[in-house]
Amino acid sequence: MNQLKAFILKEIFHILRDRKTLLVLFGIPVAQIILFGFALSNEVKNTRLLVCDQAHDSYSALLTSRLDASRYFDVTGYTENPEKGLADLRAGTAHMVVVIPQDFAGKLDHGNEANIQLLTDGTNPNLAATIQLYVQAIVNDFRNDMYGKPDLPYEIGVSPRMLYNPQLKGSYTFVPGVMAMVLMIICTLMTSVSIVREKELGNMEMLLVSPMNPMTAIFSKAVPYLMLSLLLVTVILILSVTVLEVPIRGNILLLYLVSFVFIITSLSFGLAISTVTNSQQVAMLISLMGLMLPTLMFGGFMFPIENMPLPLQVVSNIVPAKWFYYSINDIMIKGLGLSAVYQRVLLLIGYSAVFLAISFRNFKIRLA
Amino acid sequence: MIEVSGIYKSFGKKGEIPALNDVYLDVKEGELFGVIGPDGAGKTTLFRIITTLLLPDKGYARVGRYDVQNDFRALRKILGYMPGRFSLYQDLSVAENLAFYASIFNTTIVANYHLIRDIYVQLEPFKDRRAGALSGGMKQKLALCCALIHKPQILVLDEPTTGVDVVSRKEFWQMLQRLKSEGITILVSTPYMDEASMCERLALIQQGRILSKGTPAGILSDYSGRLLSVRTGDIYKAKLALENAADVDDVYIFGESLHVKTQNLDPARIERLLAANSVEVFDIKVIPPTIEDVFLAKLQS
Repeated sequence: MNQLKAFILKEIFHILRDRKTLLVLFGIPVAQIILFGFALSNEVKNTRLLVCDQAHDSYSALLTSRLDASRYFDVTGYTENPEKGLADLRAGTAHMVVVIPQDFAGKLDHGNEANIQLLTDGTNPNLAATIQLYVQAIVNDFRNDMYGKPDLPYEIGVSPRMLYNPQLKGSYTFVPGVMAMVLMIICTLMTSVSIVREKELGNMEMLLVSPMNPMTAIFSKAVPYLMLSLLLVTVILILSVTVLEVPIRGNILLLYLVSFVFIITSLSFGLAISTVTNSQQVAMLISLMGLMLPTLMFGGFMFPIENMPLPLQVVSNIVPAKWFYYSINDIMIKGLGLSAVYQRVLLLIGYSAVFLAISFRNFKIRLA
Repeated sequence: MIEVSGIYKSFGKKGEIPALNDVYLDVKEGELFGVIGPDGAGKTTLFRIITTLLLPDKGYARVGRYDVQNDFRALRKILGYMPGRFSLYQDLSVAENLAFYASIFNTTIVANYHLIRDIYVQLEPFKDRRAGALSGGMKQKLALCCALIHKPQILVLDEPTTGVDVVSRKEFWQMLQRLKSEGITILVSTPYMDEASMCERLALIQQGRILSKGTPAGILSDYSGRLLSVRTGDIYKAKLALENAADVDDVYIFGESLHVKTQNLDPARIERLLAANSVEVFDIKVIPPTIEDVFLAKLQS
């Protein structure tokens, strides 16, 4: 017991005295929350629009002013020459060109039909599709205002409602994602590196020639990082509620329980890495490539898993962060209870058991 | 107390780099035993096998009544080991390091303070300083304290005086003598031949083989032939001349003079020989060999 206490104390000293690393550990989640919450988002704003107005009538002016008034678009210029529009698209000075044909008002008033053309930069397909939808919506509104709602028989009204996140805020998917990432970094990366460091610096050589049970040494490594992780979960939750205004709809204790289990999974993964490597670089590389990358790609918060081809969807199932992310999403945003997440939690516990077994099997009681 | 019998150890994927080759060693209880050899001779590998950190390819080693392979857990309790590389925590203070090592051996600093008192008083003024910020000599003293804090029966020190200044080295050996008088068996390695006389018994090691072992006096008496120290005006020219002379076994530069190993040549003949090569001779005398001379002679044969 004395051994364990001494060991944990030593680890806490190591962590507290490495100020720079500590700063980074707390800096990452804060910076990410703020960056993703405010600067980076996949909502479309301020799209640069070039209007190629060949009509020059009152209708085309009205439509143009409506587009300009929308918060999604900034009309950056006018031209009559479609070639200029294409050149601007190529140069990237415009994201979209709206071509309004000659005699726009006349065609509408007398021919009952007029077409406008939208040219978008398809190199960014998501953006292109999104802004086209926005323009269509604005054009529909414009038509309805001019001529009233078309009097069609057998109309099916669609009234969409976004549950759980009615404003479609990006931060709702983002907070659980940041939690998954940060916990992986601290628990897996930091733990594996800190154990391998003892091997690399030769501390292990002296430590092995002692009655110390090596597993005690390794477990006591995990304890301070567990505490640090729980602290960071708290920081992230406080930031998301206060700064990003993301609600915690479910039970906060359940939230912590799921986080706790995920932390244990990540820690045991870090332990497993540390038992099979001998240098800090390799440990870091495995942690980053073997963990961060799959977490980002298959965690579900960057790229929707539902959109992936089937083989990749299957692959995503082995990424622990995915199950954590879905659980946190369900608890935090949807407000679901234990019954919704217990299977995933059991799966994470299973992962921990496997990783711990690997660590036990590979732990070296000698130097070579 | 320590018995090493026919140990082989090699490294590399196919075991193509031999480190120890049929090594025998026996250290008696309460003895201060030195293993002396240049870098890469196999000292560290031998010590790591004795301290249970490596397994031999062939042969066995026992410490006390424990086998280093099968009884390693029991053995690790009675061993005090100071690795060649500084292995304490650089970001912990002197006092924290010591307290940590005391705790993992389930003891306290107070319980065995008498063992380390003489060494620790010198560290006391720096006890809040981080171990990484200590001087080389102080680091070694701290490492020795940490290796001693659990009152080990056997102390294994891998090159404790390497990289330490002359005064601190002398002090360190005095500490080891005191620890020996406490009844602790001490096994120590060093690349410095001049430290041989500090050991009760020693073994010379080179390229994984034990060249010679015994008391310092015994090893010196093992020297076959005569050793002459020659001081001349041109040491390089003299060396060249003597290298080609008949009846000269070996000639090498030793400090400012030339050491000449021979079976039957006397100073007068050497002087004539050098004069014939127009080398000015200051002084020639027969001297008793040092451990280094013995080592070089053993290497040649």
